[in-house]
Amino acid sequence: MRIRCPHCGERDLKEFTYGGDASVSRPDHASSDTKAFEAFIHHRTNPAGRHAELWHHTAGCRQWLVVVRDTVTHDIESVEMLGPWGEEAKPRRGWR
Amino acid sequence: MKGFRISPRDGYGTEIDRSTPVNFTFDGKPFQGFRGETLASALLASGVRRFGRSFKYHRPRGLFSAGPEEPSALMTLRLGARREPNTKATMIELFDGLAAQSQNRWPSLDLDLMAINQLGGPLLSAGFYYKTFMGPTQKAWMVYEHFIRRAAGLGKATHLPDPDRYERTHAYCDVLIVGGGAAGLAAARAAAATGARVILADENARMGGALLAEAATINGMAARTWAETTATDLDDMANVTVLPRTTVYGYYDDNQLGAVERVADHVAAPPDGTPRQRHWTITAKRVVLATGALERPIVFAGNDTPGIMLADAGRTYLRRFGAAPGRRVALFATHDGAYRAARDAAEAGLEVTAIIDPRPTVSDTLANLAMDAGAELVTGHAVTRAEGGKSLEKITVAPVDSLSGTTFGTGHPYHVDTLLVSGGHTPVVHLASQAGGAPVWDDDLTAFLPGTPREAWAAAGACAGHYALTACLNTGTRVGADAAADAGFAGTTPEAPSARDDLSLDEVVFLREVKAVGKKGWLGPKSFVDLQHDVTASDIHLAHREGFVAVEHLKRYTTLGMAADQGKTSNVTGLAIMADALGKDVPDVGTTRFRPPYTPVAIGALAGRNVGGHFAPVRRTPMHDWHVANGGLMLVNGPWMRPHGYLREGETLTDAYIREARQVRQSVGIADVSTLGKIDIQGPHAGELVNRMYSNGFAKLPIGKARYGLMLREDGTLYDDGTCWRLGEHHFLMTTTTANAGLVMANMEKLLSVYWTDLRVSLSSITDQWAGVSVAGPNSRTLLKSILTDVDLSDEGCPFMGVRRACFDGHDALVARLSFSGEMAYEVYVGAHHGLALWEHMVDVGKPLDLVTYGLEALGTLRIEKGHIAGPEIDGRSTADDVGLGKMISRKKAFVGSTMIDREALIAPGRLQLVGLIAKDFQPIRSGSHLVANSEMKEPAESLGHVTSYTYSPALETHIALAMLKDGRSRHGETLYATYPLRGDHGAVTVTDPVFFDKDGSRMHG
Repeated sequence: MRIRCPHCGERDLKEFTYGGDASVSRPDHASSDTKAFEAFIHHRTNPAGRHAELWHHTAGCRQWLVVVRDTVTHDIESVEMLGPWGEEAKPRRGWR
Repeated sequence: MKGFRISPRDGYGTEIDRSTPVNFTFDGKPFQGFRGETLASALLASGVRRFGRSFKYHRPRGLFSAGPEEPSALMTLRLGARREPNTKATMIELFDGLAAQSQNRWPSLDLDLMAINQLGGPLLSAGFYYKTFMGPTQKAWMVYEHFIRRAAGLGKATHLPDPDRYERTHAYCDVLIVGGGAAGLAAARAAAATGARVILADENARMGGALLAEAATINGMAARTWAETTATDLDDMANVTVLPRTTVYGYYDDNQLGAVERVADHVAAPPDGTPRQRHWTITAKRVVLATGALERPIVFAGNDTPGIMLADAGRTYLRRFGAAPGRRVALFATHDGAYRAARDAAEAGLEVTAIIDPRPTVSDTLANLAMDAGAELVTGHAVTRAEGGKSLEKITVAPVDSLSGTTFGTGHPYHVDTLLVSGGHTPVVHLASQAGGAPVWDDDLTAFLPGTPREAWAAAGACAGHYALTACLNTGTRVGADAAADAGFAGTTPEAPSARDDLSLDEVVFLREVKAVGKKGWLGPKSFVDLQHDVTASDIHLAHREGFVAVEHLKRYTTLGMAADQGKTSNVTGLAIMADALGKDVPDVGTTRFRPPYTPVAIGALAGRNVGGHFAPVRRTPMHDWHVANGGLMLVNGPWMRPHGYLREGETLTDAYIREARQVRQSVGIADVSTLGKIDIQGPHAGELVNRMYSNGFAKLPIGKARYGLMLREDGTLYDDGTCWRLGEHHFLMTTTTANAGLVMANMEKLLSVYWTDLRVSLSSITDQWAGVSVAGPNSRTLLKSILTDVDLSDEGCPFMGVRRACFDGHDALVARLSFSGEMAYEVYVGAHHGLALWEHMVDVGKPLDLVTYGLEALGTLRIEKGHIAGPEIDGRSTADDVGLGKMISRKKAFVGSTMIDREALIAPGRLQLVGLIAKDFQPIRSGSHLVANSEMKEPAESLGHVTSYTYSPALETHIALAMLKDGRSRHGETLYATYPLRGDHGAVTVTDPVFFDKDGSRMHG
């Protein structure tokens, strides 16, 4: 599998580390809602098909990415960068 | 013909060099062949008929094919450390000194005592293991496994380390062409002409595939000459890489394919500087699958008798290697193309006795061919039975209904020593199946063809069901040009080469199984479907009678197609027999899914150079060489090399660590702690981040102070510990354990990028940039005073947990007064380049103070004496409270894991809690021992906990340990037993508080 990192370009899977389901959100940090944290930590839908995932470009730019991928065909629909530079790295005119 | 070697004549023996004999041995006996041929052909030409014994029944087996599909002629190749089992004689290029051994026979190939397994035939039928060893008889497996494993099996691998080198490489191309036969060469020619980067890979030593045994002409030259010329032309082009002896074995996502190049398998040992094999990871924009087709055998009684061979294989041995499969030959074929074998056999001077064809009538062309070959043409008939002592002597031929396979009458015998068989072709759809939908059944061709591509590939030639030569050349040219165009190369492409078709697969009937009349009896010849795994037609019928309907179940129950050849010659026939039994059509039964690898891949090729010392990158601290030069016994610790202890002459590690630990407490010791994870945290929200990460309070940590922090996982269990130093209002230095440095960093990056996007913090790993030395012992301050300048190290100037900037030899340094050992101690950091100078300077200056350098083991001793936790206690199950640090946890703030720490199970009674152990019998307490109440070692015994860390304590002068014990804190004073049945250890211990030494901490406060 190859992932097109918005920052580094297309790279081999070996450079990345899987970071889990991107569709779950962490409850507000100040929250003490145990149920909400349980869902965040343990509950996963594990779909056969379209799945938004977190990937870390560990051996590259070290940015965290959201990769929308089909778990059956492994086709990658989109890759977006997260974090403070995420906005700047969005594809724009002149960007390959 | 001399022996079984065809006399020199045009078109026969084209690849052997008769002037260069090659000497080799088979089962220890000397043999001679010629350069350019395979082990299989050399043995065949020498008159060898028995090549091995079968997997289960130990039946004698001959040579069945001439390619990678070979199910029977498996050899153990080479001797000693290079010994390699289960190689296919058909794929081994002959070299001088080659030593081959047949397999699965004892004591010898001709006399095999294990052949008695044949008498147990009905017992060893489908599902034998399940039926015999499941349920109440399961224990019997324990008893019989040894014998069964010995009786059934293939070759044995060597136990010696592999002396050869393997390489891994990556390649990128526009068009990858798999297979260098007619279609592959045509495709490569077309794609290469556009300027596209082309890789052409073929598993054989030379390009050409079936063309090498072909009688036809292409562009006016012999097919094999055209193949050779085309391959040479391609190799000369700058944009083309031709890879012979390279098997593309797997098709993975995003058009990445795995291939193994056998660089030096065709010589006795790799020449200097040459790897044995090279693994290629090829990323291609487009792939052309020109993988050809394999010939399909026919199932009839005794069809595994040595002397029975696939028809195309027979042609290959005759035409390419000048080796005769036998002298009196018959052909049993279900389509037109196979008649070429009879024609060639007659042309080579063999006696072709009969051509048996189940089709009721055949064309005049075939009838004339039979007449020219001097063969009796027997249409509407089938071979019902093959027999022979050492090898084939007689076949029985009877009228057959070609649709059902039912035969009539007892038949008529033919005395032949060789039977060439062809039941049609099976396209090699393995890679297509790996990278696409399920293969699609074609009724006309009676074969599975590649399904819908899921990756960027297209099939050409026989792989796509185009068997005729012109069709191969035409589809190859078209698919090759299309692939280049799709990859962005729209140049002009050459016309397809011109050729005239010879006979090819035409008017085929799919004869699944010849059913003989009358009772066969269980000692009679068996009808084999899978020759390598000894699966018979009756095994499949039995599975059907027992209710198996799904092909994937059938495969696993009968083990059909599960041997090293993955059923290359047996799958389709097996499926068809199953379909018949179920009264269904083949496509309705479906086919099993192909998975990589196409042919077995050596682990060495996958590992490449990442073996031994190169298994993982080695990380060394700036002081590494000093450690090694001064007796340091180096140990892999996480990703780093660290000194375990510094051994003086005559010392064991135990002697060394006891001396080192004692000396630290007496005077002063230094340890290399450069490997601790160090993360520089800066930004307006640096303090907020640190406060969220640690479970204890950090909000009020003043500048110039360090604090010990506990990090939890999101689920509330312990994750990591370390100290965190506040260097400025918005600037922290976080230290982590050596092992978790990378993970803690990645986890914080994730939280900041994904969930806490409002925090403005920047993280940098500075583990490698700073060298660190821990200075511990009553004289530590005295030592440091003569090392560091521009810093006040007094209790007022640098109090306990104080962090100060300092200067070492004109360079910036950081010093923090921290203690892991329980002594007055400091950690000093300087730039990595100055680490060695700092270390050496300390050793020099420390001489009058009796300074000692101490390693990991002494570091452990000192922390165990103090009851400090480390990796063995933070094992992913323990909580802060379990290890006695529950009081540290802040109840006033939210932190990672805060919501989960009070979950029921984490606070329930009966949890394992940290305790100390003191040996009552003055014996070591082995780490990993379980704690039990019984004074004697006996099973079963309830485990009350386990020993996590052990040391001999010089301070207490006895053996002590840390342990996790059920309700441990309420059991201080109890006597328990540390048991380790595997080693026979069982010793009495007293449970104590985990802090063994200096309980009030007065020593570290100085």
